[in-house]
Amino acid sequence: MNTQLPVLVVLIPLLIAPLIVLVRNPTAAWALFGAAAVSSFALAVQCLLLVQEQGLLQAFLGGWEPPFGIEYRIDLANAIVLCLVSGIALLVTPMAKASIEREISEPRIYLFYACLTLCLTGLLGMAATGDAFNVFVFLEISSLSGYALIAMGNSRRALLASFRYLVMGTVGGTFFLTGVGLLYALTGTLNMADLAGSLTMGFDSRVLIAAAAFIVVGLSIKIALFPVHAWLPAAYAEAPSAVTAFMAATATKVAAYVLLRFAATVIGPVVVFATLPIGTALVWLACIAMVAGSIAAIYQTDFKRLLAWSSLAQIGYIVLGIGLGTDAGASAALTHMVNHGVIKCGLFVIAGVLVWRHGQATVANFAGMPQQSPWLFAAFVIGALGLIGVPGTGGFISKWVLLQALIAESAWVAVAAVLVSSLLAVIYCWRVVEIAWFGDSDASQPPPAASRTPVGATLSLAMLSGLVVYLGVHSSWLVELTAQAGADLFGVGR
Amino acid sequence: MILAHYNYWVVVLLMMIGLYTIMAHSNLVKKLLGLMMFQTSVFLMFISLGKIEGGTAPILTGDAVAYSNPLPHVLILTAIVVGVATTAVGLALVVRIHEAYRTIEEFEAIERDKRENQPA
Repeated sequence: MNTQLPVLVVLIPLLIAPLIVLVRNPTAAWALFGAAAVSSFALAVQCLLLVQEQGLLQAFLGGWEPPFGIEYRIDLANAIVLCLVSGIALLVTPMAKASIEREISEPRIYLFYACLTLCLTGLLGMAATGDAFNVFVFLEISSLSGYALIAMGNSRRALLASFRYLVMGTVGGTFFLTGVGLLYALTGTLNMADLAGSLTMGFDSRVLIAAAAFIVVGLSIKIALFPVHAWLPAAYAEAPSAVTAFMAATATKVAAYVLLRFAATVIGPVVVFATLPIGTALVWLACIAMVAGSIAAIYQTDFKRLLAWSSLAQIGYIVLGIGLGTDAGASAALTHMVNHGVIKCGLFVIAGVLVWRHGQATVANFAGMPQQSPWLFAAFVIGALGLIGVPGTGGFISKWVLLQALIAESAWVAVAAVLVSSLLAVIYCWRVVEIAWFGDSDASQPPPAASRTPVGATLSLAMLSGLVVYLGVHSSWLVELTAQAGADLFGVGR
Repeated sequence: MILAHYNYWVVVLLMMIGLYTIMAHSNLVKKLLGLMMFQTSVFLMFISLGKIEGGTAPILTGDAVAYSNPLPHVLILTAIVVGVATTAVGLALVVRIHEAYRTIEEFEAIERDKRENQPA
């Protein structure tokens, strides 16, 4: 069905971004970002409902029919990703206000929100578009605004972190562009559905192999998969807290979705998983990422850096699902994108509250804090349980779906890696719990006046923690949705 | 055979020079130069894809038989804008890094962070 909905999801934040620059007032800028998030989320949910009803939403930009014009094409998989990205933006909004006022000097706040809205636009666009070159353009929109957002962090280390991310991210984006160019040379089309149709024969072409390699490597850099992850921990640790909460939950997930889309439909499972050993390589790299990321997280002293390394491990679960090359694996990846997005966003909001209070979030200073602010640390425990994958949280559901997919493929090494990584997650979460509850609180504790939580952050945190538990208890709809999305991606009838 | 595709050799050569510069240099401006060269190589690849031997500019005049494909040119116009924006953001970051660290050598900046973070 042809409708303008998919375009509006992306267009509204794109138009609000310059409006924020014109308005300049910090509070109005924040409100406009919130409005962009609300409207995108409402439209994304509308898209999801329509897709469930009709199967596919298409929008032809300028009325040009594909494959000549740019097409926005929404099926279940992108509808889920659109809802995740816009939903996270919505949930971060209440928290962002106080946190940003403390972390960024006032004259720059409106520019910050303009960048954040552009970043949202880019991520939504990557998910919504059905045109391979358009993916590159939106990838760069989200990345460029992301570099600026990370550089706005407080310490000068943020500048170096942002510069490194810029170099690696641009190399990744350019690799992706090279791959798209080779696909275009091969088929003469850039429309993703049309590409998928032209490449179904899975012919043994060297150009196709090169294109697949370029695209997978380029996207792996944006996903921060194991050997090309180096930009992520510093970038997440040094960025303003609201940015980390937003980007950790969305940026890498959208890149993972694009990888899934290209592997499963555009280039096709025959080339990616049968002709080339890309699937096997992804599975092994994901296993290394899961274990190594968790081990590195154990040794971190900074709370945000700990969470960033844990993100690397959790990204491993998502890539593992993609690397399996089955519809069950794809749906496990999508499930974990949603669950990990919600969990990690909540944990980074906690980090944001701590930075708001104390100017930093060092794990060693947590001693005695749970007594002062029991609710904040209750939320941390919920998030930590979700990371570990304890029943009753969303993390358990996605690990359960993933393990089922792994067992169906008899990928026993990967099963072992998932279990080891979960055990390591227990260790790095317990380290925080141990210091916070059982550590000696020294006399240099901050005065009780400093221990309140901004109202907005409380609101964000309450909703996110509630969502973690809700997705763990009432999860059947999400699992069914992602199972159908995975089946659709791989063209398996259900 | 090999020389017939010399444009792709140029692309690969530029790409490798760019990547090597990014990896080998500690100077941030040189890194950016490498990055630009790396991007430009891909632009060249797209542009040479559109060329058809004996083809003319895609203007309907009636007497031409073959037209070069204009679409890659349009794509690369967009990609050039992206590249310019990337370079601008990168250079702005280098200026800020120079203000904060008084150096544009990556290793020196990291050293300074380590030194100045240690309690005296």
